[in-house]
Amino acid sequence: MRIGAVRIGEISVCWVLAVFLGLGCGGLQEPADLVIINGPEPESLDPAMITSQSDGRVVLALFEGLTRFNASSADPEPGIAASWHISDDGLVYTFQIRPEAAWSTSEPITAKDVLYSWRRILEPATACEYAGLLFCIRNAREYATGHLKDPEQIGLSVSGDHSFRVELLEPTAYFLDICALPNFAVVPRRAIEESRDRWLMKAPVPASGAFSLDSWRLNDRIRLRRNPHYWDAANTRSDRVDLLPCSNANTALNLYETGAVDIVWDKELAPSELVDLLVTRPDFHRFDTLGTYFIRLNVTRVPFDDVRVRQALAMAIDKKLIVEKITRGGERVADQFVPPILPGYHSPPGLAYDPEKARELLAEAGFPGGQDFPPMEYMYNNTGKNHERIAVELRAMWGRELGVSVNLRKLESKVYLRAQALREYDACRSSWIGDYSDPNTFLEVFLSDSGNNRTGWKEPRYDKLLRQANGEPDPVRREELLRSAESILIREAVPIIPLYIYSGLEYYDGTRVGGIHSNSRGEHPLRAIHRLRQ
Amino acid sequence: MYFLKRLLLVPPLLIGITFLAFALVRVAPGGPFDRERAPASPEIERSLQARYHLDESLGRQFARYLVGVLHGDFGPSLKYRNHTVNDIIGQGLPVSLLLGGLAFCFALGIGVPLGVHSAVRKGCWDGWASAGLSLTAICVPGLVLGPVLIMVFAIQLGWFPVALWTSPGHMVLPTVTLGFYFAGRISRLMREGTLGVLRSEYIRTARAKGLGEGAVLFRHALRPAILPVVSYSGPLLAELLTGSFVVENIFQVPGIGVLMVNSSLNRDYTVVVGLVILYAALLLILNLVVDGLYRLLDPRVTFE
Repeated sequence: MRIGAVRIGEISVCWVLAVFLGLGCGGLQEPADLVIINGPEPESLDPAMITSQSDGRVVLALFEGLTRFNASSADPEPGIAASWHISDDGLVYTFQIRPEAAWSTSEPITAKDVLYSWRRILEPATACEYAGLLFCIRNAREYATGHLKDPEQIGLSVSGDHSFRVELLEPTAYFLDICALPNFAVVPRRAIEESRDRWLMKAPVPASGAFSLDSWRLNDRIRLRRNPHYWDAANTRSDRVDLLPCSNANTALNLYETGAVDIVWDKELAPSELVDLLVTRPDFHRFDTLGTYFIRLNVTRVPFDDVRVRQALAMAIDKKLIVEKITRGGERVADQFVPPILPGYHSPPGLAYDPEKARELLAEAGFPGGQDFPPMEYMYNNTGKNHERIAVELRAMWGRELGVSVNLRKLESKVYLRAQALREYDACRSSWIGDYSDPNTFLEVFLSDSGNNRTGWKEPRYDKLLRQANGEPDPVRREELLRSAESILIREAVPIIPLYIYSGLEYYDGTRVGGIHSNSRGEHPLRAIHRLRQ
Repeated sequence: MYFLKRLLLVPPLLIGITFLAFALVRVAPGGPFDRERAPASPEIERSLQARYHLDESLGRQFARYLVGVLHGDFGPSLKYRNHTVNDIIGQGLPVSLLLGGLAFCFALGIGVPLGVHSAVRKGCWDGWASAGLSLTAICVPGLVLGPVLIMVFAIQLGWFPVALWTSPGHMVLPTVTLGFYFAGRISRLMREGTLGVLRSEYIRTARAKGLGEGAVLFRHALRPAILPVVSYSGPLLAELLTGSFVVENIFQVPGIGVLMVNSSLNRDYTVVVGLVILYAALLLILNLVVDGLYRLLDPRVTFE
């Protein structure tokens, strides 16, 4: 009996272990053609819900918009729409949808699908956080904010199965760029209406992009499979692609160094201690991005309501020291808010490092040598190590150059964001990543009524210049207007202090992987990427 | 009777714990939808809150949640918005169970013999060495041990993969990293237990009867000596089975340990509460199992 009991025990243990191994490993899959570390786990793969670039990269592989990013320059090129016509006044865009465009389930994609996708973005119940980018369309704002109930009144319409018409409020130079963004990609109506929020979990998910969703295991991997019904399927270079989520820079580097992954394309995934060594390697590719690291000043609080104080704080910062000693990833020092990489735009000069002038301005404001200046607080979030190092350096610089006493306030990210939105700070770190290749994606942040302003700064002159610029058809005149607006922001009023332009850092071995081209947006359409045969 | 009473206490305790977790996570400043970028309009922000019923009173939200839980629905994740909490736990829990189970076996397999050895050989050099090893295991955290193991066994020797979770080979380093500390703790408990038992009178009697040291140890001393380890095993198993943030993070293991920390940082209310319920249920049940094991191992134990 005893022996029998032992045998039963052994068999049970083996059985339990086998079940555990089966469940725990999630089943063994065939190897992928390409393995990429994409950044944090995607919050969603629903175009209407995503907010981060890493999520957007996966979404763009699955769903395509009217335009798509060019594989090398990331400029918009025909996507689901084969061509378009722009009216002479720049207010009406008529897109011709490709007759061969089809879902991965082989049904055709029509103009009605595009109409549904865009209306869904604007639907208040969808609560799309990026809906604001479509507010350049007639009646879009009114519908999204619930002031207009009839979707027919939005400036979107279809004619037949292949013609989609958009009416804008004013000429919008970057509209074709917006059409390529992942948020405005074409999504499958039937699947969404049948399964609602769970539509991406019900296989097969109809995809309009170069890949379809094979599997998605949270914190493990997303497997994409080539979509044979994609209109440009002949140019999709990989059959199976694995996208791994990873938030630990050392793990990402280890996986790359041991050949377990081919590409790592999230700058946060380069260990900060090694970044200056890594940027010198040929397989580490650095590029300027459409992102600016800056300081917000709360202009509703004394003494930051005095522009001279804000200018003094800006001119007392040695930004070169910050990028050379702290960030060390080849970042460019910035006196401007708009990164100097946008075609056809040159920012006006900002406030450069000038401690002498900074002391004079502070004295003029009534604080000679920092005398009687109340202790100020600098707020930052606890993600990453550089925010803290920069905060410590800023405290030293402001103390040394201006005699100002600075207390540092480190907060957990969500607490910091809430405090920033409620303007419960004196000065705080911040950053902004542009959505499209136009200065407006940066400058509109500081419009008086913008929810992203968060400094309390309101300047009707600035608002007027920006609105004039966006209605201005002449590009030269438009640039002048935008430059005047930016000059107010960074030189005259200074509610913000730009510090540097973010560097992007991707690592992949160019002799093993092809089809990736550096561009300022860090956009690399997956359809073009492939492993090179050795 | 005792076990029935304990079992009946589980549901009200779980409801109390659920309410506390539900309320406390909402007291923390910041919300799930606070981001660097504000929604396009206050109306969109309100729709977002309404979509997940965050605009309702706490009592109403809790009642709605409890009804869902009783139907086996833990709600949608507020961070990973295409997934439900059931999906997330369903995908991550088997991984954490496997890793935790393996680490538990590793900890017992190393800790128990090591503890017994250091007790039996107390005063000799190898006894000191065993005691030293278990102390080292307690002092070296996974945060240090994991990267050292990766450097030696994955990068330099190439014996195991550096991270990920796709084959049995991927499980070795995370298991050792997670189990090593607990092996040290178990070894210390086992050592103290064995030393105490070896000094007791019935052991002296057994020796006086002429039994060999092996028989004394394995037939008479081991069962009572392991009792402290058994009582430690309940909470230990609950802790191991619900994952480890550090180990899962270092080795990119898709378990629920990473979620335990990240969901509270992300204010992913539903995931936090779902995981708290899971942890609490495991803890309550495993403690009950431990009490039962006590009775089996030591007939002198009675429950009033």
